[in-house]
Amino acid sequence: MELNAQKRGARLSVQLSGELDHHSAEQTRIMLDTLLRDVTVHELVLDLSGMTFMDSAGIGVILGRFRKLSMRGGRMIVRGMNASVDRLFQMSGIYAIVEKQ
Amino acid sequence: MHNEMEVRFLSLSGNEALARAVAVSFAAQMNPGIEELSDIRTAVSEAVTNAIIHGYNQDRDRVVTMQMEIEDELLTVIVKDEGCGIGDVALARKPFYTSKPELERSGMGFSVMEAFMDSVDVQSALGCGTTVTMRKRIRHAD
Repeated sequence: MELNAQKRGARLSVQLSGELDHHSAEQTRIMLDTLLRDVTVHELVLDLSGMTFMDSAGIGVILGRFRKLSMRGGRMIVRGMNASVDRLFQMSGIYAIVEKQ
Repeated sequence: MHNEMEVRFLSLSGNEALARAVAVSFAAQMNPGIEELSDIRTAVSEAVTNAIIHGYNQDRDRVVTMQMEIEDELLTVIVKDEGCGIGDVALARKPFYTSKPELERSGMGFSVMEAFMDSVDVQSALGCGTTVTMRKRIRHAD
């Protein structure tokens, strides 16, 4: 899993590339949480266009970060889902709380 | 066409990617569509991850077995562990249920397998292990 982050104001944009499964979930979680330690971040935009694989472990990671952000009144946006990630997101109901762009 | 194979690997999370790659390579001879291959890849990942996290409680020196069989257009994938077993299979299969909330799991594993494969059968006995059998009929790619 590779992560590329850019911050502009309260918005943190993170580009994820590679595979997000149970194996890489822990490392991804730690990297994102390190970025979210910056309390001025109120909007997290996850660009998933470089993801080659994601299973339900990825949903756990996204939901966990959403909880962190929502506790500080922030919001989360996901973009760049391929067809299979989009299906996974739809069936998990994640779009009810995380905005699809 | 008939074909079978079996792989055994240690319960290391790094082997989840190996299991996906092997499953997709074996299924490729059925000439599936891209979406079907992606379904198989994701379902296998969920089953193997369950074996490692839940069956073996992340012990790294146990063995996960994956068997695959092709019978004409029917693909069968069997993922087996000899771990702790599931006490209540119906509960474990419920969407969003997880026995390990502390691991930040989504509880979607079985739901994903059910959505992406045609059938999912779970045989489990406490202390003996769990066998997940998934079947999918492959409609050939255009």
